[in-house]
Amino acid sequence: MNTVALGPLALALAAAPLLPGLINRVKAFFAGRRGPPLFQLYYDLAKLLRKGAVYSRTTTWVFRASPAVGVAAGALALALLPSGGTPALLAFPGDFVLLVYLLGLARFFLVLAALDTGSSFEGLGASREVAFSALAEPAFLIALAALARASGSLSLSGLLGAGGGELPVRLPLLLLAAAALMLVLLTENARVPVDDPNTHLELTMLHEVLVLDYSGPDLAFALYAAALKLWLFGAVLVRTLTGWLPGSPALQTAIFLAGLVTVALAVGVIESCMARLRLTRVPHLLIAANAFALLAVLLGMRQG
Amino acid sequence: MTLFLSALALLLCGAAAAPVLRRAPRWASAVGAGSAVLGALLGLAAAVRGLGAAAGADLRLAWTLPMGSFHVLLDRLSSFFLLPLFLLAGLCAVYGYGYFGQHARRRDGASWCFYNLLIVAMALIFTARDLVLFLMAWELMALTSFALVIHEREHDDVRHAGWVYLVASHISLALLLALFLLLGRSAGTTDFDGFTGVIQVGSGLADVLFVLAVLGFGAKAGFLTLHGWLPEAHPAAPSHVSALMSGVMIKTGIYGLVRLLTFLSGPPPLWWGWLLIAVGLGSGVLGVLLALAQHDLKRLLAYHSVENMGIILLGLGIGCLGLTTGRPLWTALGLAGGLLHVLNHALFKGLLFLGAGAVLHTTGLRNMDRLGGLLRRMRWTGLAFIVGASAISGLPPFNGFASEFLIYLASFQTLLSGDSAAVWPALAVIGGLALIGGLAAACFAKVVGIVLLGEPRTAEAGQAHEVSAWLVGPMLVLAALCLVLGLGAPWLVGPLTERMASEVAGWPAGHPLAAGIASLRTVTGLLVALLILTAVLAVVRHALLRKRRVSAAGTWDCGYLQPTARMQYTSSSFAEPLVSFFQPVLRTRVEGAAPHGLFPGPSARHTHTPDTPTEWLAAPLFRGVARLAWPMRRLQQGRVQWYVLYIAIMLLVLLVWKL
Repeated sequence: MNTVALGPLALALAAAPLLPGLINRVKAFFAGRRGPPLFQLYYDLAKLLRKGAVYSRTTTWVFRASPAVGVAAGALALALLPSGGTPALLAFPGDFVLLVYLLGLARFFLVLAALDTGSSFEGLGASREVAFSALAEPAFLIALAALARASGSLSLSGLLGAGGGELPVRLPLLLLAAAALMLVLLTENARVPVDDPNTHLELTMLHEVLVLDYSGPDLAFALYAAALKLWLFGAVLVRTLTGWLPGSPALQTAIFLAGLVTVALAVGVIESCMARLRLTRVPHLLIAANAFALLAVLLGMRQG
Repeated sequence: MTLFLSALALLLCGAAAAPVLRRAPRWASAVGAGSAVLGALLGLAAAVRGLGAAAGADLRLAWTLPMGSFHVLLDRLSSFFLLPLFLLAGLCAVYGYGYFGQHARRRDGASWCFYNLLIVAMALIFTARDLVLFLMAWELMALTSFALVIHEREHDDVRHAGWVYLVASHISLALLLALFLLLGRSAGTTDFDGFTGVIQVGSGLADVLFVLAVLGFGAKAGFLTLHGWLPEAHPAAPSHVSALMSGVMIKTGIYGLVRLLTFLSGPPPLWWGWLLIAVGLGSGVLGVLLALAQHDLKRLLAYHSVENMGIILLGLGIGCLGLTTGRPLWTALGLAGGLLHVLNHALFKGLLFLGAGAVLHTTGLRNMDRLGGLLRRMRWTGLAFIVGASAISGLPPFNGFASEFLIYLASFQTLLSGDSAAVWPALAVIGGLALIGGLAAACFAKVVGIVLLGEPRTAEAGQAHEVSAWLVGPMLVLAALCLVLGLGAPWLVGPLTERMASEVAGWPAGHPLAAGIASLRTVTGLLVALLILTAVLAVVRHALLRKRRVSAAGTWDCGYLQPTARMQYTSSSFAEPLVSFFQPVLRTRVEGAAPHGLFPGPSARHTHTPDTPTEWLAAPLFRGVARLAWPMRRLQQGRVQWYVLYIAIMLLVLLVWKL
């Protein structure tokens, strides 16, 4: 266990709710509005944690357990992730498989909780969530396979961190893997062009509708879990692109954080400049993600 | 060995006693189930001891048949397969006693007789060391399970299912007969001891034998295109029988394939591994897709058996590639993952079939679109079912994750090697497993969400109640085992697989597995942390809400005032995005039209997903065979005298030929 990583882990747990705030500020800037404060999600969480709750009479313990499972799985997944300069708290061969399946566990319970309310609206969201993630999961794992192949390492700290190989050879592979990971990020976090978090109820079919019936501390947990997930995918993406950069741990941490801010800005820009795709077109986007990931593996083969 | 034989003896006694008591069905059930439970306990002890012993217990008995001998050996591979058999057989017997309970019928006695005989047959298959004994046990298994499937034979669909199953079993037997006759001829003996190293790798005969084995054992295990009987027979059989058949019986096919690997003279050719992986991918992906499109709960579970056989094959395939290329690491991880999945699948699939049976028992319904809201009415069944659903989806911290993790690790190790013959199959396994995992999670989110959660969609579902302790007990035991095996995998995998290493040709002993086990240990630590963290968060939530107002209301309905339970999402609507995306493969047919016009009249819509591989491959094949066989009808006209004449002529011909 690498105890030095406790610092970055604590930072991730504390700073994750900043990312949605950043995205919202970028969107407000493009729309010519002032936008909500950067720390809005913190205010929301603090408010929700102080409130009582209303439960649907239809729901069972599954509905009440799901937010806790989501936060626990997200926090543990973050413990497997290296951040700037420091390897993860725990690194072992195959840790990324656990990471993917921890996210799967959180999703499974989120979807069950949505179905637990008996609302057809939430059923709709649940159905789309599982459909898209079933197609995104292979892209995620194949992109990681490409990185594993290029770095010769089977743990996230190795395959997202170390250099090796010459840059001109590695760069196309990294870019392709990053493209796949970016598409997975947009899908898994229900952002444009897969889903539009703005249109709170009418069109938003993924994340927002799944947590529609939550209130009080449960809603706070659910929102926090979503923020952790965004941080997590952002971190994977940033480490993929910048992991090979040399530098002292302090410099690397700075690069890592700057990278995360850039990812949030990029998501905000995409969201400001694009419309949501028609739902039937989303699988095509995910096929593209799979194709990018496969191409990355192909390039990796050429090296080996 | 004494334990094993006394288990068999006890089971046979039960089999003999149950039909005698058929006039008192409750007693027949008690005796039949009791002997099955006791026999299973003894057998379990024998299996555990067999796993521990260095040399397998060997037993040869004289028998009066002209060929073969009664030769059984409890080596570690056999003991490993006996473990899920006796575990599940005992629990299913307890369940079956409660299942038959309220509506005891005279035929229950016969059913218990066949149940006990089926356990004996499977135990003999896993331990037989003589091909005649093996084939006899194989046939006994086919016949007894057929008799169990047609328990409710007054229904047309049950008889049809039984017929399909009987045909499939005998196709399997015919192929295995050819396989073992060829094997026996080249070994010059019927005893498995003489088979070691008898398959000369690289010879044409070896390839023929391998293909025969994949087809013959595959028809029993339900590999793709040979799986047609599974979705017919499993829904028709009583649930504890479905659980035993799906949990253990189809694994006899896997056992056969692994046992065959021990007869090889050297590492298998490369394409064997490729074939296993290709069949595994096909079974896995198509199995889960077909499952996703089903409305019938037990049919859906049957298709998931096809999927899980695919996952096991992926592990075995990577293991084979490791044998060929001389990489002990891949072999150890792949085979360990595949075999651990055999045990895991027995637990969670057994659990899920028992759960489906409990739902059927209390509501009389198998169609998911008519169920709903059962978790509030069946707390324990629902809890156990959710555990089983998470486990089969490969979600941590349950056991399905451990075996899939090992197969992933094997494929990633293969991918790193840069061995071009193995890299592409490994990549296919990685992508395939990820897709299968995602789709399985989608499918079980559908099952749990539609059946257990929400509001009941019909009056029958609304009147559901918790089933008796006889039914709940075994389910809770299995659910607990799913968690124990998920967390205890690292301590289990090492000893189990290391002990089996000596049995399988070329399988390296423990050492290469150490890396995988070390990973699994860390995983276990993390999963314990996950459980603790979840509990802590739940406590935090509870503490936060303790002094505040917590109120109950209806589900938020977007301002619509008259929602009904029928407006909920159904299993068909839940699966629709994935089903329509995979339409080119699934070919779902939609009948009826959507409501139309300003004042729409009544309208109905019905979707049906055909079993495309069976419809396209098996059905034309059977039609062709039927056409060829039609002229033979003249010989078979139902007069016994003529048949006696045929036998006499045949004997005469043989006599003349031999002279």
